[in-house]
Amino acid sequence: MLHSSIDRAAHATPPVLTRRIRGLSDRAIAWIFVAPSIVLLLAINIFPLIWTVRLSFTNFRVNRPNEAVQFVGLRNYLNILSDKDIWLTMQATAHFLIWTIVLQVLIGFALAYLINKKFRGNDLWTTIIVLPMMLSPAVVGNFWTFLYQPQIGLFNYAVGFLTGADPSSFSMIGDTTLAPWAIIIVDTWMWTPFVMLICLAGLRSIPSSIYEAAECDRASSWRQFWTITIPMVLPFLMLAILFRGIENFKMFDLVVQLTGGGPGSITELTSINLKREAFEKWRTGYASAYAVILFVTVFGLASIYVKALNKVKQR
Amino acid sequence: MMKQMLLSSTVVIGAYFAVSGAAGTQASAAELTLCWAAWDPANALVELSKDFEAKSGNTMKFEFVPWPNFADRMLNELNSGGKLCDLMIGDSQWIGGAAENGQYIKLNDFFDKEGIKMADFIPATVIGYAEWPKNSPNYWALPAFGDVVGWTYRKDWFSRPELQAEFKQKYGRDLAVPKTFAELKDIAEFFQKRQIDGKTVYGAAIYTERGSEGITMGVMDVLYSFGFEYGNPKKAYELDGFVNSADAVKGLEFYKALYDCCTPPGHSDAYMSEDIDAYKSGQVALQMNFAFTWPGIHADANVGGDKSGYFPNPAGPTGVQFAQLGGQGISVVAASDKQKEALDYIKWFAQPEIQKKWWALGGYSALRSVVEDPGFATSQPYAQTFLDSMAIVKDFWAEPSYASLLQASQKRFHDYVVANQGTAKDALDGLSEDWKDIFEDEGKY
Repeated sequence: MLHSSIDRAAHATPPVLTRRIRGLSDRAIAWIFVAPSIVLLLAINIFPLIWTVRLSFTNFRVNRPNEAVQFVGLRNYLNILSDKDIWLTMQATAHFLIWTIVLQVLIGFALAYLINKKFRGNDLWTTIIVLPMMLSPAVVGNFWTFLYQPQIGLFNYAVGFLTGADPSSFSMIGDTTLAPWAIIIVDTWMWTPFVMLICLAGLRSIPSSIYEAAECDRASSWRQFWTITIPMVLPFLMLAILFRGIENFKMFDLVVQLTGGGPGSITELTSINLKREAFEKWRTGYASAYAVILFVTVFGLASIYVKALNKVKQR
Repeated sequence: MMKQMLLSSTVVIGAYFAVSGAAGTQASAAELTLCWAAWDPANALVELSKDFEAKSGNTMKFEFVPWPNFADRMLNELNSGGKLCDLMIGDSQWIGGAAENGQYIKLNDFFDKEGIKMADFIPATVIGYAEWPKNSPNYWALPAFGDVVGWTYRKDWFSRPELQAEFKQKYGRDLAVPKTFAELKDIAEFFQKRQIDGKTVYGAAIYTERGSEGITMGVMDVLYSFGFEYGNPKKAYELDGFVNSADAVKGLEFYKALYDCCTPPGHSDAYMSEDIDAYKSGQVALQMNFAFTWPGIHADANVGGDKSGYFPNPAGPTGVQFAQLGGQGISVVAASDKQKEALDYIKWFAQPEIQKKWWALGGYSALRSVVEDPGFATSQPYAQTFLDSMAIVKDFWAEPSYASLLQASQKRFHDYVVANQGTAKDALDGLSEDWKDIFEDEGKY
């Protein structure tokens, strides 16, 4: 049936078209198949990127359609790089990025190591542990604001219970010293399972024969851990760090929901600051330059990191 | 048989004409979308608009966005030339940008044609919600909802004899509605962490929100009465010495002191809804909030009725008394394809009987015939406070660059008041510099 349908379709194709298609090389046919994807990519990725770079050299404001757009050269870039407030948001981002990665890698690897052991209820625990990463960041941000609420929040109550402090005597998201840690705790709670899953994949990819050989050589568990487990999981771990690093450099939703960048500007990460410039102050040209700087930073750092990752893999 | 056929044919033909007639009517009717914030008055407007639907045959759709996202969402809509909204009840500060960027249609000719006179509306609302440039007869909106920041207090707590006696002994005066901000702070301190009916209560819920406009509305509400000016009244855009005057610095220091001494725990990012929650849950003795919240508080089972009282912003140290203007005007969006029907809505809304009904439903009418009616002041327990407050209003910048001006003040005020960074003078000096930079970009110097 199928065969006859194809035959019918083939017979129905005009002879002129048939001759033309027959005349195409394999390379040309491949291009025909790939072309729609390339056009789509150009339209929704490359063109906006080029347009953003172009806008970054102008004083364009999207809310002023009647104003003439002027070319301002590198002024936007110079203003951004010399703006003290922007460097403060960079510092806030770096603090958030470094601590979330450190905590997520340590806890994620430890959890993966434990889950990798065979015990009863292993699957159930795995499911429970990965639940946070399945939730929407907006939902997580919202319910953690309740957990952090000084008067009724469970988090404050737990801290009060354990330390004897008055739960309403501190505000995790209202205090300048605690707020940066408040967002780190929530991100770690949410994304540690992701790191754990990647580490678990790494641990399960290690052939048991290697451990058996090590045991024959009377290697201690500690030595097996440092000379077999860590080196073989390292590429996976580095991949997890890359993913989390890129994601947290762009972190927006969770922090906006939790602190809105406050108190003051203590937790105002670069993405929040960029959004304020672009869609609250409507400085489109300036915000474009800001976005280009962030893009180059992430792209540059990620490229260096990927090269290092490849070297580790080759070892 | 023939008769039956004739009857059937007549019925069919009649039905056809009836249906086609109805379809014809439907074709000429429009579906108008009105965009506003998602809050209690919006629900009242939905109710009120049923009358317009019945009279005009048009149907009304509503797009309401919660306040923290209202400006983001709606300014995006206006800036992108979107056709979602035919009518916009936009914030008063948007008027400059919307007028200069051609996002609202100018209403002067329409007002002249329909006999709608701006002199019939409360002057402060005309300047605040309708005019651009300010104090010029160029109208871009019809004052739709008068609003102003004022205070709510727990009348039932104030009237307790034991608290009155303790207060008098401590401060040497009666526990009563404060006449000055200094008195207000005394009262807030008096109630802070006090046990009332077995519950710990706090002094005052004030605006501290960082994300949109909250802390600016709260700080400005206090700063005006301390002597803050947006600039030299004799020379436009001359800010130094006015924005950061010694009096303004004292005002900002006062706001921080009020925040530090007397707010409930975790009140570091609070705006309208957080203040309402703090007050309605019986946590605070005083609440700073816009007048739109008062009907809801009056009707509340926990704190409503005689348990709550209302008072306008108290005076500053020199007796000067101002309050932050809220409220909005209704405008026709220039990108709309249904401008005629949208104007019909404004014409209908401006009628005195509709405005009267608007007030009755909980909307603060800005029509003078409504608010100057002899029965108005006593029509609700908060009506007189609304009138007193509307008489002392000042508003934030309404320049096209208002969003940048607002973001600068949000940052400076929150950094100082909530995040304890720098001094009040640093904050206001920095704000003056930020605002000058913005105006310089705008070519004002």
